[in-house]
Amino acid sequence: MSWLQKLLPPKIKRSAESTRKSVPEGLWCKCPACEAVLYSTDLENNLSVCPKCSHHHRVRARARLSMLLDEEGRFEIGSEVVPLDPLKFKDSKRYTDRLSAAIEETGEADALVVMQGAIKTLPAVVACFEFDFLGGSMGSVVGERFVRGVKAALDLQAPFICFTATGGARMQEGLFSLMQMAKTTAAVARLAEKNLPFITVLTDPTMGGVSASFAFVGDVVIAEPGALIGFAGPRVIEQTVRQTLPEGFQRAEFLMEKGAIDMIVDRRELRDKLVSILSLLQKVPAVS
Amino acid sequence: MKTTFLEFEQPIAELEAKIEQLRYVQDDSAVDISEEISRLEAKSLALTKDVYSKLTPWQIAQVSRHPQRPYTLDYVEHIFSDFEELHGDRAFGDDRAIIGGLARFDGRSCMVIGHQKGRDTKEKIIRNFGMPRPEGYRKALRLMRLAEKFDIPIFTFVDTPGAFPGIDAEERGQSEAIGRNLFVMAELKVPLITTVIGEGGSGGALAIAVGDAVLMLQYSTYAVISPEGCASILWKSSDRASDAAETMGITAARLKSLGLIDRIVTEPQGGAHRDHKAIAGSVKKALQDALKQVSGLSSTELIERRFDRLMSYGKFKELPVH
Repeated sequence: MSWLQKLLPPKIKRSAESTRKSVPEGLWCKCPACEAVLYSTDLENNLSVCPKCSHHHRVRARARLSMLLDEEGRFEIGSEVVPLDPLKFKDSKRYTDRLSAAIEETGEADALVVMQGAIKTLPAVVACFEFDFLGGSMGSVVGERFVRGVKAALDLQAPFICFTATGGARMQEGLFSLMQMAKTTAAVARLAEKNLPFITVLTDPTMGGVSASFAFVGDVVIAEPGALIGFAGPRVIEQTVRQTLPEGFQRAEFLMEKGAIDMIVDRRELRDKLVSILSLLQKVPAVS
Repeated sequence: MKTTFLEFEQPIAELEAKIEQLRYVQDDSAVDISEEISRLEAKSLALTKDVYSKLTPWQIAQVSRHPQRPYTLDYVEHIFSDFEELHGDRAFGDDRAIIGGLARFDGRSCMVIGHQKGRDTKEKIIRNFGMPRPEGYRKALRLMRLAEKFDIPIFTFVDTPGAFPGIDAEERGQSEAIGRNLFVMAELKVPLITTVIGEGGSGGALAIAVGDAVLMLQYSTYAVISPEGCASILWKSSDRASDAAETMGITAARLKSLGLIDRIVTEPQGGAHRDHKAIAGSVKKALQDALKQVSGLSSTELIERRFDRLMSYGKFKELPVH
């Protein structure tokens, strides 16, 4: 504590702190991995990968789609599907209040954004989880939008790619959420039937009901460096087995070592990698 | 077998203890107290009926976990014949938390797969409290494929707190194992009838439960997360499990009204654990009906029907497209 802080009465101290916090939110931010203070624009220009230590910061769904898809010919699928509260769910807050707050905060109506478009001219349908929307949890809307995305891919005879960033199923929709696991995965089975590529990109974090449904049935399963990926959360596991978890447990690198994923790809190379894999699977000439 | 009583059943337990006492003295009593005994027995029955007519979702969750509740192997014994248990996932090991094998149902070949809990401490540990590891799900998958190959229907029995959340389970791909089963079950060419007999614990339950018909016992539960787990996340305290059970909608009656399951199998007075044979009889009848409904379908029709059912899950609003 500086001498000035010691002098200040508590009330002023608090307000001083809050203004201090608000400054870096806009212009500057601190990398949680290397603690370097970064100019936000630099970070964004680097696809939200820390230029100092290559830590992959979380990316919002629409930002992700912008990074990946060609600017021309994009359009959104399933935005007409919006959430309901089928159980009239209430914990310390009502589910409807949680939804309104999340909508307000993110500008999204739910936790999945799906777009049809092209990656370096290769047509594709891409679904992205929005982690900032109730932890990217999968409820009825996420399931339905996902399925509509898959249907679009089937109609277009195009590959389907899904970027996951989620805590799992949405508790507030009870068993409806659990059933989304079966629903989404059944849809993906249709892609397989038509030999259309299904690629999953697991980003930080990918847990629970999403991890344990379609995430690992991709034809190719890619992860971002350092992403936390697993079925049960680390805290639950620690409480169950009463052991401290090994260093790096459930990280992308750990999964790679265990043979659970095909590759770990740096976000800055991801677009090229996807194009290469898609063109190989679809037996079309290389795209540069 | 002496019935174990749950906390909310204490008034019944006291009455039953009294009846037991009277029965004991009756043998060397000069006075005939049999009338008194039957009076008390009637009272106990009425009390049981009363208590069970007003069970809260949280109390139902406790009945679903009752230590004397019939488990998969009990149903195998009472419903099926010629059970040939098959073991192992052919890759890592044999998970005893899931059992499976060939059997006969009304004389016809079928495949039975189910979670299995243990009765005593030793067996509980062997069965890992009914919490499967990836090899358990992979064994189940292997048996489903086997059933498909020989064109025989599959009956699955769900009774698990959830898939095991352990270090080894994660290392061997718990997520992949569950997801793969969902993927394969969606397009399985043979009928799959699922019955939730106890706890339907989240993904660990669903991994063998994508069926053409989903049945639930009256006092079983099916949920995306355990009431305790939900409470500790949303209320930050597992003491609120009862509230979580209430609001999540985990009981057969609620799920039936939401259209998420097909049929409820009524349990004997005081729960399935009071009469294993009776509940097995009711389950058998329900399975016969469920199988009859799908047995005339071709594999293509069966898969389409299952797909349409899966796609219909979910409640959302649809805005007009402009």
